[in-house]
Amino acid sequence: MTEHETDYEVVIGMETHIELDTASKMFCACSAQCFGAEPNTHVCPVCLGMPGALPVINRRAVEYAMMVGLALNCQIARFTFWERKSYWYPDLPKGYQISQYQYPLCYDGWIDVDVRDVASGTWQEHAERRRIRIRRAHLEEDTGKLTHIGNFSYVDYNRSGVPLLEIVTEPDLRSANEAYAYLSALQQIVRYLGVGTADMEKGAMRCEPNMSLRPKGSHELGVKVEIKNLNSLRAVRDAIAYEIERQTRILRSGGSIQQVTLGWDEARGVTYIQREKESAHDYRYFPEPDLPPLQVDEAWLAEVRARVPELALARQDRYRRDFGLSAYDAVVLTADRAVADWFEAVVAALPNGPGRAKAAANWVQSELFRVMKSRGIPNSAVHTLPVKPAQLAELIMMVERGVINHHTAKHVFEAMCDSGADPQCIVEERGLAQVSDAAALRDVVEAVVAAHPQQVQQVLAGQEKVFGFLVGQAMKATRGKGNAQMIHALLREAIERQRA
Amino acid sequence: MRALCSLTIAEARRLLRERAVSARELTFAYLERIQQLEPSLHAFISVATELAIEMADAADRRIARGEDTPLLGVPIAIKDVLVTRDLRTTAGSRILENYVPTWDATVVSKLRAMGAVFLGKLNCDEFAMGSSTENSAFGVTRNPWRLDRVPGGSSGGSAVAVAADLCCAALGTDTGGSIRQPAALCGVTGLKNSYGRISRYGLIAFASSLDTVGALTKDALDAAIMLQALEGRDPNDSTSVSAPPVDVHAVEHAPEKLQGLRVGVPKEYFTAGIQDEVEEAVRAAIAQLEALGARVQEVSLPRTELGLAAYYIIAPAEASANLARFDGVKYGLRVTGNDLIDTYCRTRGAGFGAEVKRRIMLGTYALSAGYYDAYYVRAQKVRTLIKQDFEQAFAQVDILAAPVSPTTAFPIGSKTEDPLQMYLADVFTLPASLAGVCAISIPCGFDRLGLPIGLQLIGPAFGEQRVLQVARTYQMHTDFHLRKPNLDLSSLAS
Ligand SMILES: [Zn+2]
Repeated sequence: MTEHETDYEVVIGMETHIELDTASKMFCACSAQCFGAEPNTHVCPVCLGMPGALPVINRRAVEYAMMVGLALNCQIARFTFWERKSYWYPDLPKGYQISQYQYPLCYDGWIDVDVRDVASGTWQEHAERRRIRIRRAHLEEDTGKLTHIGNFSYVDYNRSGVPLLEIVTEPDLRSANEAYAYLSALQQIVRYLGVGTADMEKGAMRCEPNMSLRPKGSHELGVKVEIKNLNSLRAVRDAIAYEIERQTRILRSGGSIQQVTLGWDEARGVTYIQREKESAHDYRYFPEPDLPPLQVDEAWLAEVRARVPELALARQDRYRRDFGLSAYDAVVLTADRAVADWFEAVVAALPNGPGRAKAAANWVQSELFRVMKSRGIPNSAVHTLPVKPAQLAELIMMVERGVINHHTAKHVFEAMCDSGADPQCIVEERGLAQVSDAAALRDVVEAVVAAHPQQVQQVLAGQEKVFGFLVGQAMKATRGKGNAQMIHALLREAIERQRA
Repeated sequence: MRALCSLTIAEARRLLRERAVSARELTFAYLERIQQLEPSLHAFISVATELAIEMADAADRRIARGEDTPLLGVPIAIKDVLVTRDLRTTAGSRILENYVPTWDATVVSKLRAMGAVFLGKLNCDEFAMGSSTENSAFGVTRNPWRLDRVPGGSSGGSAVAVAADLCCAALGTDTGGSIRQPAALCGVTGLKNSYGRISRYGLIAFASSLDTVGALTKDALDAAIMLQALEGRDPNDSTSVSAPPVDVHAVEHAPEKLQGLRVGVPKEYFTAGIQDEVEEAVRAAIAQLEALGARVQEVSLPRTELGLAAYYIIAPAEASANLARFDGVKYGLRVTGNDLIDTYCRTRGAGFGAEVKRRIMLGTYALSAGYYDAYYVRAQKVRTLIKQDFEQAFAQVDILAAPVSPTTAFPIGSKTEDPLQMYLADVFTLPASLAGVCAISIPCGFDRLGLPIGLQLIGPAFGEQRVLQVARTYQMHTDFHLRKPNLDLSSLAS
């Protein structure tokens, strides 16, 4: 099978709708934060399409869309206008959707993504970097939501008019993994920008891949199918993988592919035909007369551009280049912008930060994540912890200077997370400073050696494991505060003296 | 009582301010007159008797407190395409027969705030589509000058209510002539404002890029008072703009002469098809302007002829989308069918009248793939050219004087079978709508049947001030606007 799979190549384009997380809706003052609210409680004459109501542009939504466009390396239209897209459906209260057609706000962009086979379950340090071209990204309004119960359909217009960004790629994706990588990168960008949750389960991000297979080396496109109702990134990947296999089988046996819209049956892991090919819909677009054209001047664009932070992939590259981190560390640390910012603040507070970044990375990935997980704090809320990045930097330096050992430091960190107190205070208050007094440690070591003659002989006989036991005994006697390096050296010395 | 109902806003306000009459007395006078004349004229779709009395009493309390606004206690009626909170708003359509809005149009809330009294909602062509008010689902409105004649449209109810003294002033809307043409046919003053000067929020849209709100009044001074009350940028209407407010005092005290005024007479407005008496009356009015000191010159608006074609692409195109919301799902009429599409078809089939359906089809066709460029895009280009015509004309003259309607009021039923003939009734009003400029219709004569003739004074965009002043000056020297139809109740009974 795998051998044959090379005879066909898949060509995938992705259409993604992302709800923008503005306070109010696209064209009215209703709250856009309506997920889970009682049906039809976030509505007004405008988003219900009442006769006489008129739309007013939410400037913030335009800015959010521009931010995503800039993050996707798009050109931003300096002049654009709104258009009406006409079609009939009960969830569309006006009978048309205000959208953009001829002149999308953002166009001609691209995004680099690192493609890894995440399905395999094992981490791949090496990734293939692919550039996916973005054809356009335009702003429109979301529709309401239909629920069918028995013979009735109920419509909830809470979502009607929530700003929606439609992002369309060129047909540049070549595998299920690439589609997955593209969508996770997009999701991450939206979250980095703070313009949306891009939560697929809640419908805040909705993806419709269209795909076709063609013989490898061919430049013509095959028959296209579209896949709908995909509720997770995994579903997207699985559905595409399933379709590649299904279509390959058909083509290889000389069959042909039908142009259809498919649904994805998550439970059974199969696609099914949702709609047969239909004549192209005529949406009768024309410029929206209720809204003036949108002009984006340089000052506004510059203001918005300044709000676009350094994104995950760029940070990963920088961490690897400047901090010498592994791809794994870089990916984990940048998964969430709040964590990445926090981590970088630690590095910035460390003397010769880049040189000590690995230590900071270890602390974040082990201790910080452990504390947050145990307290049920999501990574995105790292700033709500009382402990501040500069304090972790201080703690790291205290370990390095030998003020406390690593073991004690973990407890101090825990205490910092509780109170937000400085590590020195905690160490002083609790008398946790490392014992590095050679005379005092020598007494401890001598006592341990005297108390464990049998184990000393075992060490001398080459049983190194037992040496660890003796170190532990000495550490215990210092109540964990002993300087581990010094204990090692002194213990070795004392044992050697016992050699007959 | 007759005297009370024929008062202008300015006169009524003076009497109210002097406590010579109360808002309640004034309102009762109108309600009584409505009760008497409404069966013959049918200007109203809904008469809001209780609301009117309530509002009148509220106005009297405000007057007693010494409050003063330009419309406090003044009885006004509203074209039924403007939404009114808790007051049925039908747009003249079966599809909204029982629709009661939860909110007020911006212009309506402005009137409320000023303490105007609402007498009710006025009849009009369905969704303001028509030139005779015969397209209303709620019956024909009759011209008070001759009951077998149409009042014009689509603001026919508004024009009749003002002409027959059923209200002090009325709100109307003008998309292609819907204020000016009925004003002309009923012998009242009607100002179509520059596009964007008055908020459209709460106006049930017909053609969004052409729709304007305005008033029909008894004279030009009242038109200025109403403009002042209604105008201003509205944050709820992105196409509204802020212009320097109208100076009512300057209109009231307009100069008696028109020295230095340059009046253009567009030659394309005096072509074949115009009724002789209309041309004569309009020419006489222009001669009067000249006699008052104006410099009159012929100008050309060469694309006038194209206006009708462009309008009947653009307006139906926008209407086809604007009326898509009436689907039986959320409000208004629903005729349940076998499935969703069937429900849509039955609801709209039963809810819309023939002219509305015709325009939806025209507009849908014009926007369809493959036709869009040939129709809609082309019509927009024509529109730009028409705008340029006006710009060029206003580079030479201050104001244009022309007929409003090629004919006086035509017999009811005479054009209903021929939509094209009906469309031609707006041939002189459409260009100003397409260009977004302002224009007023004022009475300037009568034909041999005693039917009123209107003079159209067109100004540049946001040139209402001068248009109103010239109209006022003209009305100082003429009495056409003061003449009243003979509505002797005994003669009406026959
Ligand atoms: Zn709303």
